[in-house]
Amino acid sequence: MVMDVVVLAKHVPDPQGTPELGEDFLLRREGVDGALDPGDEYPLEAALRITEYHGGEVTVVSMGPEPAMTAIRRALSMGAHRAVLITDPALRGADALVTARVLASAVRRQPFDLVLAGIESTDGYTGTLPMTVAELLGVPAATFARRVEVNDRIVRTERQTEEGYDVVECPLPAVVTVTAGATEPRYPTLKGIMQAKQKPVERLTAADLGLSPEELAPTQSVIAVEAAPQKAVGEIVQGDDAVTRVADFLAEAKVI
Amino acid sequence: MAKVWVYADIGPEGPRPSALELLTKARDLADTVEAVALGPGATGAAAALGDYGAKTVYASDDPVFGEYLGQPAAHVLARLVAEHVPNLIMFATTYDSRDVAGRLQATTGSTLMSNATDVLGLDRARTEILGGTKIVDVSLGGPEPRLVLVRPKSFAAEPSGGTANVVPVVAEVPDELLKAHRVERHEEPASGPKLEEAKVVIAGGRGLQDPTNFALLERLAAVIGNAAVGASRAVVDAGWIPYSHQIGQTGKTVKPEVYVAVGISGATQHVVGMKQSKRIVAINKDPDAPILKLADLGVVGDALSFLPRLIEAIEARES
Repeated sequence: MVMDVVVLAKHVPDPQGTPELGEDFLLRREGVDGALDPGDEYPLEAALRITEYHGGEVTVVSMGPEPAMTAIRRALSMGAHRAVLITDPALRGADALVTARVLASAVRRQPFDLVLAGIESTDGYTGTLPMTVAELLGVPAATFARRVEVNDRIVRTERQTEEGYDVVECPLPAVVTVTAGATEPRYPTLKGIMQAKQKPVERLTAADLGLSPEELAPTQSVIAVEAAPQKAVGEIVQGDDAVTRVADFLAEAKVI
Repeated sequence: MAKVWVYADIGPEGPRPSALELLTKARDLADTVEAVALGPGATGAAAALGDYGAKTVYASDDPVFGEYLGQPAAHVLARLVAEHVPNLIMFATTYDSRDVAGRLQATTGSTLMSNATDVLGLDRARTEILGGTKIVDVSLGGPEPRLVLVRPKSFAAEPSGGTANVVPVVAEVPDELLKAHRVERHEEPASGPKLEEAKVVIAGGRGLQDPTNFALLERLAAVIGNAAVGASRAVVDAGWIPYSHQIGQTGKTVKPEVYVAVGISGATQHVVGMKQSKRIVAINKDPDAPILKLADLGVVGDALSFLPRLIEAIEARES
């Protein structure tokens, strides 16, 4: 049972850096160090393990400007076989629906058994894009999986819930979103990094995907940004008095 | 005449609190407030939904909505939308509602905004970004209904004393949408009060150094009483403690009387889930940790030596 697995990946500003908004209210992405979204390494690791076990290939699909190649190279050096990068100035400011249309159109160009994604991006936190992609592809989605395994063309997951977890079984093809911690992502090896340079990266524009200008027009826009009210500076204590001060604080709050 | 819908999550004990919060807000936004409830317990929940402002509840108790993820509910909701044409639908940020809202936007071509902290009108909502340091107003365009996923506890739930007219919904879900099958449910037992309801939340992060040190937080919770233990994403990802304890953007939102952050640096991901706490105490070795800027009382020091002394001091006061 050879598997064609697609992983949706996003290039995000360095999560350790300090993100800023530009004058157009969009996140400043130029001149900012970026990386593969750490949340995307979990689905990628899951995809690599599935294809290592069953055979098959992992294709990484990403939308973003040229620097997104950094994220693609990382994914390829971890072991993904090939990548598709959709870059188009028309996609600047794309919202979740536009992004989902672009990604779904790119995924549809090749055979796929499984589309894996993180549960939400580290910069935007929208957390609904894979479900929208699933609906556009007309396939089921087993979301919020903390465990994924594939057998006999059925994907079986443990789905995170408010109270614990559910076991979900779903026939392929399907979209699965994978939580952080579901797998332990591997580090790229030196060999992996060298091999990544030879792996095919297909570059597409919005026109290649046959999407109309209407389908690419964002339907949300930021109209105002203001600083949140700053909290007054609190009291800082250290040393021997700290224990008494915290106990007093809890007593003042009437919780002890 | 504006029409606002609330997609109401129904739990084992009736409507989830978030559904009642959203209905309370919906009353400020439109003359016609209606709810959609799909799955076992939906009809039974209508009285409570009516009490918080829904004049009509479109309800189906069909088990199909609980047994299969996303697709059946999104399909039926899309049908109801085409029939009744609401201007705006509010969803709570829960796993099931995220599945439904994400799918619905593909069908209707509507805009979907996530993580809203306020809804300002039929085409405008507010969120906080960059760790809650910036407030952002977003204009929602494109075809109606506009869809908004709202963070829990964004509004206080207040009853209006109304009653709802129940409109039964026939499920009629095509077989090809019965795929992602929930075959087992597991509740992970938690001792003590729920995180969302506890008066005190004690949360641990990387600074605890080792998973076994969570026992210190458990002991502190026990001496305080009515206290629950939470965690940052970093230690949940590392497998130190189950996900059900996670506080933050991806986890739970809490608003206790006192929040005690132990060895948590204060990343954006975490802060949005606890910044509404009434009082915040932070214990951190690093004097530059962002969490100390948020704290009403900050302790700069080593949590592992501090906590046993604090537990002792509280025990001494209480005896």
